[in-house]
Amino acid sequence: MALDKSEVEKIAHLARLHVSDSEAEEVTTRITDILALIDQMQSVDTDSVEPLAHPLDVVQRLRVDQVTEENQRDQLQKLAPNSQDGLYLVPQVME
Amino acid sequence: MEWETVIGLEVHVSLSTKSKLFSGSSTQFGAEPNTQASIFDIALPGTLPVLNEEALRMAVRFGVAIGAEIGKRSVFDRKNYFYPDLPKGYQVTQLDYPTVGKGSLTVTLDDGSEKTIGVTRAHIEENAGKSLHEEFNGMSGIDLNRAGEPLLEIVSEPEITSAEEAVAYLKKLHTIIRYLDISDAIMAQGSMRCDVNVSIRRKGKTELGTRTEIKNINSFRFVEKAIHSEVRRQQELIEDGGQVIQETRRYNADRDETTSMRSKEVANDYRYFPEPDLLPVVIDDEYIAAVKAQLPELPDAKKARFTAEYALSEYDAGVLVSSREMAEYFEIVARQSGDAKLAANWVSQDLLGLLNKNNWDITESPIEAEQLANLILRIKDNTISGKIAKTVFETMLEEKSSVDEIIEAKGLKQVTDSGEIEKLVDEVIANNPDQVQQFKEGKQQVIGFLVGQCMQLSKGKANPAQVNELLREKMQ
Repeated sequence: MALDKSEVEKIAHLARLHVSDSEAEEVTTRITDILALIDQMQSVDTDSVEPLAHPLDVVQRLRVDQVTEENQRDQLQKLAPNSQDGLYLVPQVME
Repeated sequence: MEWETVIGLEVHVSLSTKSKLFSGSSTQFGAEPNTQASIFDIALPGTLPVLNEEALRMAVRFGVAIGAEIGKRSVFDRKNYFYPDLPKGYQVTQLDYPTVGKGSLTVTLDDGSEKTIGVTRAHIEENAGKSLHEEFNGMSGIDLNRAGEPLLEIVSEPEITSAEEAVAYLKKLHTIIRYLDISDAIMAQGSMRCDVNVSIRRKGKTELGTRTEIKNINSFRFVEKAIHSEVRRQQELIEDGGQVIQETRRYNADRDETTSMRSKEVANDYRYFPEPDLLPVVIDDEYIAAVKAQLPELPDAKKARFTAEYALSEYDAGVLVSSREMAEYFEIVARQSGDAKLAANWVSQDLLGLLNKNNWDITESPIEAEQLANLILRIKDNTISGKIAKTVFETMLEEKSSVDEIIEAKGLKQVTDSGEIEKLVDEVIANNPDQVQQFKEGKQQVIGFLVGQCMQLSKGKANPAQVNELLREKMQ
């Protein structure tokens, strides 16, 4: 399966990545190579194999429902580029 | 042209754990912005999730309550999208292996008929934060207190065929969730939210029409109105030769119409994949059995018991079990007064009317169950009439006095002394010769008028049964 440039642009948009025209060609080739590898993997007969959600044969440990975190807002907001009235400020987003 | 409506509901319920789904931050409502947003919740690099055992238990509790298959091995996935109130850039949810699988709910419709509606699944996921778009000089303000709070998303089968069924399903879900004590489920506060998928098709067709999704409706009434409005829009669109496009819409209550939010065709591809930071969650039969053993008596079982044990009508029992607190209140009144029928009437009519009028919850009732039981006891032992009891009830709202104190202080005791009643009856017979004559000529219904006169004369305190009996005796 080969990708064209417009599909690469769409994927880049979903991942919020900027890919310049000069990079687009190389990225297209590389993603196409990856898809070829996936095609090769898809051709393996896996009918008798149970799906695996995680490579380790261990299960999730659970946490007791207790509040263990303290308010660290002031320290954390020092890391943020911008904050006001306790809110983190970001460029305007509207749907 | 006849149309059929097909509706599927996605309900998000905020689970009432003390701490978040994957971190030890508090979930207390109404805290100052970002004071409950830890390094994990704001997605600082290197932080890792640890699953809250109570959120899992609550999900399983819901599952066993609706007779659903429980996923003994559930897997969390990442749903990727970019929005500033989702700091990690993905929401952790369950795609292919949810904790709760297929189950069902049975609802009672207005005409008394029952319908079973399938629940496809219910999965655990995390909530996003809140964005505030005003007053920040062209910036958006982000509060991440809510980010990472546990949600249960309950997805119905597309088996709902009217707005009425949709509301009945939601109310039933709401009642069960409140009985299970796994969420406040208050729609107005966002702890229960509803997305509605609506499509229409020609009557008799089997394939589904193109659906639209109406997002984030926050009251039962708006769910009903939004469905009516969206069905109307789709019908008009198709009948005018147009086509419904699959998209997300928003319901505007002021204009009673839905408007397009975004089209799914250009919408995000969420690029789901298994969450590598979390391992599969495994539970065994013993765990499920233990959760099941701790279930409270659920509304359907309670309703059946109320009709059998207290000989209540289906309708009365249905009203009384609509909340666990109301059912408990009723049972105290019924047991202490020894008269379930009177208790049911007083709770479902007088008390509920009072609560609704003042917008109070049963837990805020100014009259306690024990007091109401005492009031009923005084009706039963003929201390007061049913009519006078209403006066005492009103007085109980204003005064903290006991039922007996109010009856005593206001001189409301029923007159059962036959001498006094005889005086009343004699007076009424003397003052109404025409009616007495009519009665003697066989016009039985005149007795009602004469009893009424006696009651009026006694200011409601005479025992109506005694008055009736004595009147008949004297007019023979």
